[in-house]
Order: sequence, then C-alpha cells, then structure tokens
Amino acid sequence: MPKSLNFKATLVSVLLLLVFLAAWQLATLPAAGGAAGPAVSAEQAEYLKMLGKDPGAAKAGGFPTPLQMGQTAWRHLANPFYDNGPNDKGIAIQLGFSLARVGLGFLLACMVAVPLGFVIGMSPLLRRAFDPFIQVLKPISPLAWMPLALYTIKDSSISGIFVIFICSVWPMLINTAFGVASVKREWLNVASTLEVNPLRKAFQVILPAAAPTILTGMRISMGIAWLVIVAAEMLVGGTGIGYFVWNEWNNLSLTNVIFAILVIGIVGMLLDLAFAQLQKAVTYVE
Amino acid sequence: MSDRFSPYDADRPLMLKCSCGGNHAPADHHPEMNADGAAAELRRRSLSSEFEAYSNEFIEATLVKALFPQDEVRRRFLRAVGKGTAMAAIASVLPVGTMQAMAQDKGQLEKTNLKIGFIPITCATPLIMAHPLGFYSKEGLNVEVVKTAGWALIRDKMINKEYDATHFLSPMPLAISMGVGSNPVPMNVATIQNTNGQAITLANKHKDKRDPKMWKGFKFAVPFEFSMHNFLLRYYVAEAGLNPDTDIQIRVVPPPEMVANLRAGNIDGYLGPDPFNQRAVYEEIGFLHLLTKDLWNGHPCCAFGTSTEFIQKNPNTFAALYRSVLTAAAMARDPKNRELIAKVIAPQAYLNQPETVLTQVLTGRFADGLGNIKTVPDRADFDPIPWQSMAVWMLTQMKRWGYVKGDINYKQIAEKVFLLTDAKKRMADLGQKAPEGAYPKFTIMGKVFDAAKPDEYLKSFAINKMA
Repeated sequence: MPKSLNFKATLVSVLLLLVFLAAWQLATLPAAGGAAGPAVSAEQAEYLKMLGKDPGAAKAGGFPTPLQMGQTAWRHLANPFYDNGPNDKGIAIQLGFSLARVGLGFLLACMVAVPLGFVIGMSPLLRRAFDPFIQVLKPISPLAWMPLALYTIKDSSISGIFVIFICSVWPMLINTAFGVASVKREWLNVASTLEVNPLRKAFQVILPAAAPTILTGMRISMGIAWLVIVAAEMLVGGTGIGYFVWNEWNNLSLTNVIFAILVIGIVGMLLDLAFAQLQKAVTYVE
Repeated sequence: MSDRFSPYDADRPLMLKCSCGGNHAPADHHPEMNADGAAAELRRRSLSSEFEAYSNEFIEATLVKALFPQDEVRRRFLRAVGKGTAMAAIASVLPVGTMQAMAQDKGQLEKTNLKIGFIPITCATPLIMAHPLGFYSKEGLNVEVVKTAGWALIRDKMINKEYDATHFLSPMPLAISMGVGSNPVPMNVATIQNTNGQAITLANKHKDKRDPKMWKGFKFAVPFEFSMHNFLLRYYVAEAGLNPDTDIQIRVVPPPEMVANLRAGNIDGYLGPDPFNQRAVYEEIGFLHLLTKDLWNGHPCCAFGTSTEFIQKNPNTFAALYRSVLTAAAMARDPKNRELIAKVIAPQAYLNQPETVLTQVLTGRFADGLGNIKTVPDRADFDPIPWQSMAVWMLTQMKRWGYVKGDINYKQIAEKVFLLTDAKKRMADLGQKAPEGAYPKFTIMGKVFDAAKPDEYLKSFAINKMA
C-alpha cells in the first residue's frame, strides 16, 4: 500500500513538473515575429543590432525559456571545475567555497553552542542569567553584523565565516539548553541513586537523551547558515555561489541567476537530508 | 562568406560598410575573433616599436606635465638645470621610458604579488586590460585583479589592506583621507582612470520630459555618495533650479540594480557609470538623456590609487604599477584600439557584459534609445593626469552639499591626495624650487572654475546646503 502511494506521489510530482514547464514555455514564447519589415534602412538595421537584435530574427526576451535554461545548466554542469583566474570559476568550485565557509562557521558555532548550551541547560540559574542576552541577540539579522565584522575583523572572508557563526549559534544553543533541561527526571534520579560521577552523568545519561534535540538545533542552524551564505557572498564578493549570483546579476543574466537558485536549493536540500539521517541515527526509540 | 552581404536578399539592407558598425572595410574585420584573439592582437600592437615609443613618450609627458602643469615653469626649469638633471629628477621619482635600462638595476621590486580591486564598469578599462595584455607582468608584477561587489567594500578592503591598490571613484580617496564617512586613512590618486564616460539615463516614459525643470519629485540613483555621479547630478539639477536635497530624491544604488529599478519603475533615472547607461538602452527600458561630457567635457570619473603607506613602503613596486596602468591608458586612448578592447574586457572574468554594449560605449558610436545613432568619439576617454584643480572642485562640491563642514584647506588636501609622487621632496633635495601645483581652469556647464578661488566659486551658487 505505501509502495503504491509512493508511486502515485512520484507520478503527481512528475506531472506537476511537466505542467510547470509547459506553463513556463508558454509564458516565454517569443512574441509572434514579423516585426522585421522589409523596409529596414542600413541605419535602422545598425540601430537594431546595437540593441542586440539581428535584423530578421526575434530578440530573445528577458525571461529565459526552459530550453535556454537547459542549455545554460548543461553548459555549467558540463565543465564545473574550470578556473579562469579569480573572477571566473566553475560552478563546482564556487559551491566548494561556499560549503567550506558554511562548514567552518558552522563547526565553530557547534564548538561554542553545544558546550555552552549544555552548561546553561544543566543550571537553572545560568539559564535565567543568559536568557536576556540570547533573546536580544537571536533576532538580529546575520547580515546586520556584516559591517561591524568588516570593521573589527578587517578581513572579508573571515567576516563571512563570522556571520555564518553568529547565525548558527542561537538555534543550537537554545535547542541544546532545552534538550539538556528536559531530560527525564527518573533517569537523572536513577543516576543519582547509583552515585554516577557528574562527568559520566553528562556523557552517558544526558547527552544521549538530549542528542535528538541538539541535532534538531543543528539542522535548523545549517538551514539558516545556507540561507545566509548566499546573501553574505553577494555583499562581500570574491568567491562562492553568492558571488556567482551577484556576478550574473551584474550581467543582468536571469538565466544564470535562475540556474544558481536551483543549485542553491538542491544543495540546501541535500544538507538538510544529511542532518535528517544523522537525527535518525541518534534517536532512541523506547 | 556571401551571407555577410546578402546582395540578393530582398529583406536585408545591402551593407557595404562593415556590419560591426566600425569604420573600416568588411575585409578588415574578423567576426570570429574572440577575446583571446583580440587580446593577442592588442598585445602584438603593444609590442610594436611604434607603440612602445609612443607609450614611453606618453608616460614621460604625463609625468612631466603633472610635475610642471604650467609650460612656462617647465621650460624655465629645463633651462635652469638642463635636460639630463631634469630627467634624473623625474626618474628618481619614477624610473620611466628612456630610463628603463637604468631602472632595471636600481628598481628592486619590494612586492611582486599584488591584489588590485575593481568594479566591473567601463571606467576600469585601463586597469583591467593591463592584466590580459600582460602590462603588469612585463613590469615583473604578478597582479590579481579582483572583481568587487561595491564601492563601500572597495573602501573597506583598502583600509583593511586586503587590496594593494584599487580602482576608486576619484572623490573617494579625498573622502577617506579626510575621514569623511570612514576612518581617516591617507590615500592617493595615482592616475585618473577615465574621463567622461557617464550619462544621465531616464526611463522611456519620460521621453517628453527632457527639461530638468520638469523633474520635481523624480527619484534618481547614483552609485556612491562620494562620486562624480552624485556631484554632477546635483550640479545639473541645481542649475535647473531644483534643490537636489528636497525637490528630487537621490539614492545610492549599485549600477546593475539601477537598470532593474528603472525597469520596475522604482526610479525615474540615474546618473550612472557605463556600461549601465548603454545597457538600459540595450534592454529597451531607458534612453540617454545626456552624456556627462556635455556637462563638463573631460571631467574625471574613476581613479587608480592606493594608500600613502603602500607607496612609502613599496616605491619601486608602485612605480612599476604606475607604469603598467599608464601604458594601458596610452593604449586605451587610441580610438583604433577601442573595438578590440571591448572584446578583451567583455568576458565573464572582467565586465561580464554583452560585447556590443561595450563597443558602443568605447567607440562612441551608439544607439541613444530614442531611435538615433550618435557618433561621439570622446564619449569615454582615458586621460590619466590627476589635476589638483579637479580635487579642489570635488572638495567644493563636498562642502556645497554638506558632506564636510567648516573651513577646508583645499590646496593642501588636493596636493596631499592627488598625484602623489613625492616629486616635490626630491626636487627640494636637488636644490630646486618645487613647481607650483597643477591647477588648470575648467568650464563646467558654462561656468569657469578657478581653483585659486574656491570659496568665491562656492558663494556663487544659490542652491547649496552649507550651514
């Protein structure tokens, strides 16, 4: 039964995609030609050429057709690793830069947020003491930190990593604290009865119990980090998928921008899937 | 290729002139020539002895002219010390031209791996093309030209020393040196990158509003506060009787977003850098109201500069850099190279723009968006001399619009920031009286600007924001 449901869902998905592509194709059909009248003087022909129109052929509209999209995607994917100097690199290299930045910032955030969240979760006093700071800092848009980071850190790529760090910290911190604080009382009582030392209690009772919540925090953080990196790289430039989007926007090339959007979406989905798998691995079923 | 002319095709005009629009026979044109081919051809031209002599002379003339803006002073100096001493004096500042052989052994480069920032606009042409044409490597420099996302970032990366030198908007080094809008860090303008080359673009719906008096309530975009774009737009509307602070709105918008905002009807026009004026025409959403050349013919726009600290620490590297950019400027000035230059800087690594748009900007034969083809060969030009009177003019405008308050020592700031060789010190070492600064007069919208009387000039404007 679930198998046939899966099959049907896939079918509907494919159908939706086809409808979407057809609508796209229809919406971007070039306006019916015939504009190129026979009486074009040399001057007019030159003028048309200057507007990027070949006399006789219809100029491709601003919005790309699915076919153009496909060609662009193929062109980028066929050669993802080329490197023509600092301003022109293949899509895979750009993605690599972005992923490295996200990874580094995220790792730093883990190193701060998980231990800190652990401590905050275990101590009601600290929880209350930290709360106002977390509440104020949490809603700040990561990009609002960028000017401050550029000014103080004085290095644009480290600033980018810092922005990833600052946006990843909060969900992990809050989730870790929450997970640690809501470990079942009976388990802690049992541990106390058995006179387990605090370190062992932390690693063998609390950590496994809180792990699914901690990973939820990480998953949320990763989602946000991937959202932020594109915006940050558009601001800072240089390398990365966000820079790619900016560069193509500079060229007013929608086709390439849409391609980049698709790539960003797919990579984001893969990252999320990876964390979902991790979450499954640590979830303990009673 | 018979289809290039199609003499028997009733639907196409018979084009005997080259189809690229260039003023040459079709046989001279190589439509299949790509960026690499164009770069190779330009490199070949740059290696010709004719160009080498020309560019050496150009560089030397530029330096001498910058040192001795008044010909009379130059001649007096030459007569007093003789050619040899004069050349030695100049070479001690910047080993150039005929001194190159000498420069080899004395000019040990302090730093060879350099990072230079640029914003992808045609103003950056010399700075960019020096890279593919090998002008940097010829001087022994390994330069990375890095495309940068915005002017504020250029400022920050210069202050942070991530870049060794950079493409600037020419008022930026003044603002940064004075600490207006940032920390004060002494910066220098080594050369002006380009002159002219900007335009006021209006949305197509304003085709009937060609008189700026009708612009009340318009929303305009400029790329940065400390830019010639901002100053010229303010000047232009103020001459028409509008107050740029209250009658119109001026926003700081990155150039590609100017085009998109114009399309969306979010702004009515902009005074922006090319190719984005021509790009609006190409996208058929705007037209060229006027070229900034018509406001001030030969006005500076972007500059090539670096921090004073970099020059002091790396004088020979700076000299080599200076020479490469000047060689590129010499090449870019020649109209016959412009079409090839458009090909060289069009690819993704540099401007990432349609070649035809760049060709129109650089050759000055362009569609104006109103159905006409215009020919203005000096629409964009590349005159590298950073006259200090230009700096004084910028300072008057910064004061006029309230960016700086109080008294300004115009000449002192101008001489500290613009030009930049420590020429004067060297000349003093030689026991020579340093030449007067470089203050030719300019005519801006019919009004003569005399850098000797900046305050009187300022007082002559009815519309201003001086406290």
